[in-house]
Amino acid sequence: MASKTVAKDIITLRGSAAIVSEFFGYAANSILYNRGVYSEESFVKVKKYGLPMLLTQDEDVKKFIANLNSQLSEWLEAGKLQRIVLVIMSKSSGEVLERWNFSIETDGEVVEKGVSKEKSDKEIMREIQAIMRQIASSITYLPCLDEKCVFDVLAYTDTDVAVPFTWIESDPKLIANPQMVKLHSFDTKIHRVDTLVSYKNDEWDEQ
Amino acid sequence: MDAVSSSVNSSSSTKPRSRCPPLQDPFLHRKSSRENLDRFIPNRSAMDFDYAHYMLTEGCKETENPAASSPSREAYRKQLAETLNMNRTRILAFKNKPPAPVELIPREFTSPQRSRPTKPRRHIPQTSERTLDAPDLVDDYYLNLLDWGSSNVLSIALGSTVYLWDASNGSTSELVTVDDDIGPVTSVSWAPDGRHIAVGFNNSEVQLWDSTANRLLRTLKGGHRSRVGSLAWNNHILTTGGMDGRIINNDVRVRSPIVETYRGHTQEVCGLKWSASGQQLASGGNDNLLHIWDRSMSSSNSSTQWLHRLEEHTAAVKALAWCPFQGNLLASGGGGGDRCIKFWNTHTGACLNSVDTGSQVCALLWNKNERELLSSHGFTQNQLTLWKYPSMVKMAELTGHTSRVLFMAQSPDGCTVASAAGDETLRFWNVFGVPEAAKAAPKANPEPFPHLNRIR
Repeated sequence: MASKTVAKDIITLRGSAAIVSEFFGYAANSILYNRGVYSEESFVKVKKYGLPMLLTQDEDVKKFIANLNSQLSEWLEAGKLQRIVLVIMSKSSGEVLERWNFSIETDGEVVEKGVSKEKSDKEIMREIQAIMRQIASSITYLPCLDEKCVFDVLAYTDTDVAVPFTWIESDPKLIANPQMVKLHSFDTKIHRVDTLVSYKNDEWDEQ
Repeated sequence: MDAVSSSVNSSSSTKPRSRCPPLQDPFLHRKSSRENLDRFIPNRSAMDFDYAHYMLTEGCKETENPAASSPSREAYRKQLAETLNMNRTRILAFKNKPPAPVELIPREFTSPQRSRPTKPRRHIPQTSERTLDAPDLVDDYYLNLLDWGSSNVLSIALGSTVYLWDASNGSTSELVTVDDDIGPVTSVSWAPDGRHIAVGFNNSEVQLWDSTANRLLRTLKGGHRSRVGSLAWNNHILTTGGMDGRIINNDVRVRSPIVETYRGHTQEVCGLKWSASGQQLASGGNDNLLHIWDRSMSSSNSSTQWLHRLEEHTAAVKALAWCPFQGNLLASGGGGGDRCIKFWNTHTGACLNSVDTGSQVCALLWNKNERELLSSHGFTQNQLTLWKYPSMVKMAELTGHTSRVLFMAQSPDGCTVASAAGDETLRFWNVFGVPEAAKAAPKANPEPFPHLNRIR
């Protein structure tokens, strides 16, 4: 653990929310790239979390994720966000093929009393890096997405949250009898994010 | 079976049930002798025994001792709760959905190809697979400094040195460095055997090297009066094109090698390609001319007349490529003032098509497996463009080079393309698909010389 005197290691609710929403932005980009939802050439490489990360250059996708992130930060800062799910669906049939589930546990004490916690940036980054690596390597076991796919993002919030103007209530878009793989977690001491991917059972393997 | 028969047979069900799942099959019976119900004649059809039993036994058990429930059950409950959205959650999504991915090729152009149903659409990577530094690469449109031999070795001339890069193991070796009075190197070309290599120089010499022994075999002198910027092999014939506008066929086996001279260009010959059959030679020059020469028309003593003289290009003609699946089809690309790719029937000399690319055409390559043409360009994009033939629909644009892409060469398996540009980099693109074992077998002969003879 880092020493107490280092100011950098103190993490506030606001900072933690920023880390989590930024993480989600990169994770979403990475998933969209690795799962081939958008064409490879619409992504550019950047360095982040000590890894080469890919970011979409498609203006519309960029805007979507940016809007999403600003809303997520707001909810995270209020401690109202329970879960974010990135859903990959078939473009033609709308069938849900994959759900990338990011469960968020917020430290209630921090939200209520506004105290800050201690955890070094480096350590958080290392944990995030492990998740990013897992996302990139997930293509090895996830079934091939042979068809054109689209994605959507669901936010699970507390019920007392007012639905923002640009949002609507959605069904959970679950997959019947899915396969699940749990990925690493990271913890800012304020928000703990557990990552899990569930995907449609590949019936070819079953028979 | 009904409930009455089960109550008579109650002794069999005295064993306490500890693991009844909450959602029960209604025909399961759980009347136990301990339950004091004997004085009451119930209307069984009006009662929900399953529910009652569950409430009496399982229901309280669970609240008393939640730890006893199995993890799988916990998970089941969670899932159930999630399905029914019973936890205190609100699920929200943006009203505006993210944009659907755009398809690279418009559908109306792909649909005619759907008649071949088994062919999945090939993914074309948009970035180079590998980039190598090529310092001192001479940025001269009229030269030909890159070639990829049939033994999978790439040769590139950087300044006065010819380097060999073995694509199978990535090793680099230096073939030759010449003095400044001879160099710089102005052209390199692998013989069809993939072992011998011809190197043209600024001082009009042409050297033949054995790449495996790293040995100079012979030097051709006296044919040209100025630099030799283009080379083309046809079995044992090495054709050289010079800045003096001459094209010379050299039989590299004989003592006095010059067998023919083609005179038709008034300025530097910068493009030179033999057709796959070895019958026709296409030559392009800085005089904006494209000539087609026929071997059978040649005579050794006097200079030969061209078969066709094609004057449609309005700038230097450097990029030439013979179609691998149609013997008399030639693609040619014009320089900065012309920017067109033109297709020719070389038997008749007819121009079949002309496409303005919007940029200088530096090099052209056909895909050996698909009806596709790759062109490399200069200002403004410095890109490689993949075209579907004959529709000439752009399939992909590969950017990455920061200066004009002067030279291109194709791997022996036909899948990878190397490009060298004025930005002094050599890039490798997997633009023509991935090597397939099945495909590779019939196309084992990578060079357009099916019956190759050793040049010695």
